[in-house]
Amino acid sequence: MVRRETLIGWLFILPALLMYAAFVLLPLLLSIQYSFFRWDGIGPMTWVGLKNYATVLDDPDLLGTIFNAFKLVVFFSFIPVTLGLIVASIIHRVAIGRLGTVARTVLFLPQVIPLVAAGIIWGWLLALPGLINQILKALGLGAFTRAWLGDFDWALPAVGFIGVWVLLGFCTVLLLTGITKVDPSLYESARIDGAGWFTEFVKITVPLLKQEIGVCITVTVIAALAAFDVVYVSTAGGPGNSTAVPGIQIYILAFTEQRIGLASALAVLLMVLVLVVILPIQRLSRENTQ
Amino acid sequence: MNQKSLLWSLASLLVLTSLLLSACGAPATTAAPAATEAPATEAAATEAPATESSAVTEAPAATEAPVAAGPSCGTDPVVLNAYFETGFDIPFKLAEEFTKQYPNVTWDIKQDQFTNLINSTPRLLSGDNPPDLLRLPTMVSFAKQGLLKNLDDYATDFGWDEWPVPQLNQNRVAEDGTRGSGSLYAMGLNYSLTGVFYNKELAAQIGMTEPPKTVAEFDELLAKAKEAGLLPIMQWGSAKSGMGLAFPLQNLMAAYGPVEPINDWIFQKPGATIDTPSNLEAAQHLEQWIQNGYFPTDINAIEYTDANARFGKGEGVFIFNGDWQNAGYDTDLPGNVGFFLMPPVDAGGSPAAMSAPLTFGIAANAKHADCAAFFLNWVASNETARQIDVTIGGSNPGGPSGATMPSVAEGSVTNETLAAGPVVGEAGTSMDFIANATSAIFAQGWTPELQKMVGGQQDAGGLLKAVQEEYLRQLEQ
Repeated sequence: MVRRETLIGWLFILPALLMYAAFVLLPLLLSIQYSFFRWDGIGPMTWVGLKNYATVLDDPDLLGTIFNAFKLVVFFSFIPVTLGLIVASIIHRVAIGRLGTVARTVLFLPQVIPLVAAGIIWGWLLALPGLINQILKALGLGAFTRAWLGDFDWALPAVGFIGVWVLLGFCTVLLLTGITKVDPSLYESARIDGAGWFTEFVKITVPLLKQEIGVCITVTVIAALAAFDVVYVSTAGGPGNSTAVPGIQIYILAFTEQRIGLASALAVLLMVLVLVVILPIQRLSRENTQ
Repeated sequence: MNQKSLLWSLASLLVLTSLLLSACGAPATTAAPAATEAPATEAAATEAPATESSAVTEAPAATEAPVAAGPSCGTDPVVLNAYFETGFDIPFKLAEEFTKQYPNVTWDIKQDQFTNLINSTPRLLSGDNPPDLLRLPTMVSFAKQGLLKNLDDYATDFGWDEWPVPQLNQNRVAEDGTRGSGSLYAMGLNYSLTGVFYNKELAAQIGMTEPPKTVAEFDELLAKAKEAGLLPIMQWGSAKSGMGLAFPLQNLMAAYGPVEPINDWIFQKPGATIDTPSNLEAAQHLEQWIQNGYFPTDINAIEYTDANARFGKGEGVFIFNGDWQNAGYDTDLPGNVGFFLMPPVDAGGSPAAMSAPLTFGIAANAKHADCAAFFLNWVASNETARQIDVTIGGSNPGGPSGATMPSVAEGSVTNETLAAGPVVGEAGTSMDFIANATSAIFAQGWTPELQKMVGGQQDAGGLLKAVQEEYLRQLEQ
């Protein structure tokens, strides 16, 4: 009774579906299962019910990582999306030709560099003898030099800054593509009416880019909440626990402490948290476009 | 030709082993059972010229199974599956030399950073292709989980039991999970020693003519260095390589109090605590050093390699480290690096030091366990291997009590570290590392808490309490 096209359609997605099931769905289900057990990863598993979840919600160190993740959202999501919008509309207005291509390429470049390499390079740049501090000194701002990644107040913003650098290009390129889809006559008539860049930006660009902005926010918020690589390579969670994020704790709990159950519980909570934050954003950006 | 020389070396090895066994007064019968149990890889070996092994024929078992005095690598091609630590050359060089001497043995070596090894070891050991030989970051949990080969039989076969006692103790795990006694689960490729390294030129500048004999004298030198505008102590502290202040802290602990309670804590003896009055004094002393500005201001961001590179460029009069770094110091500051053991609080007391074997173990299900054990024995007893150990590793190669110490280049700091070893040995004041008490105590306890102390967010008492709580939490599982 199944239509032939439907069957062929399923056959086409079968390979991808199998991969998805094996490497995403199955681990997801296993993590949920593990989160109800005490397990060292090798020996027998002991059922503990919701105890692991209680531990996560009870331990200030573990909860602290979730707060840190939300602080990262400002840097990974808010700043890149806002700056991305501004940069994209500037590029669109003043530099459509070769200059625009160069600007886009330069901004997008960080996306091409592996995050681990980026983290290591930024580690050097932000060190006390590093380039950033040398520049500050040359500018007569020697009083502001510090070991950015080793400073309790500045380590998280410094890691966040690396995130801005990585994600700004992504947001800019995505938003720029969106702008080019906007009917040019809208901008033309606005300009004829004497609208400046800012009016254009607020009245045309932002409202018509709701969907792209939604995608940007979704991707970057997930990048912030589930951050691991940049943080692990640049600070490994230090100093103290000032840059410890859930990703790092999950890794340490699972592989250093061999507490697979607790690590899984934190991972499941992190996933729920991401969904809770992302789903409303998704709904908002969809509703507005309809 | 190869085959022949191999047989020749096997035969002579056999002679040596049996000589050693009888010389040590070990009853020949201990060697015999092993020999009879040895698999029949010796078919070829029986062709070995028997006349050379006259000593062997005296062993009762030799006539039945002429070659196998203990486990060996046999003569068939063997590929040893090994996991080493990135950045440390010794095991690689030793493996290379071993293949030169035993061409039937080749290596499949994988490597990883120490912190990654901590995380991957349980999976490596329990996986389908468990390593024959691997660098063990920690061992108690793996021994308890039955993932590591019990080396007691090898110890008997090779006569490791006869070696000076402290060498093997740190690698023993009792049935209740305490370390320091019980069955043997690992061997050291060498035995490292820690203490204080100093830049001789800078030390002369601050008027240091001889190493300090008490903590107070050391304090004076540090103050002088600070006054002279020099960085008194270079040390690393980034979470990426783990907090290096654990070194001076533990040295101060052993200066203020006895080493036994510290070792008990590391070995997870029941009821052990790190939060003792003398340790509090030590932590307060360290806090004072931090507040006096004796460490680099950016210590929380300095990684291990950076700290040593900066010390090598003349930044810092002193650095707390271990003799594994000797070759690096000799290269960066040839003839200009000295070493002393952390002095005691009272004049005339004994200096103490962290000293640990460079631990290697064999997976419980390893395919070539015998060959790996043979390699471990070779490292400690072969002259070339011992020379490699000292030249490249910088540490004491250990081994049988009568073994000769390899020569060291003049002006190398290795001369000073090797000389310091017996001082600690005689005083019985060697300790394992407080960072090794549990697999995560460094990452979750010492590193963040000491970093907080640097940042003024933790005091000495709070540090010890926080680490003790973390320790108990980890043992609870």
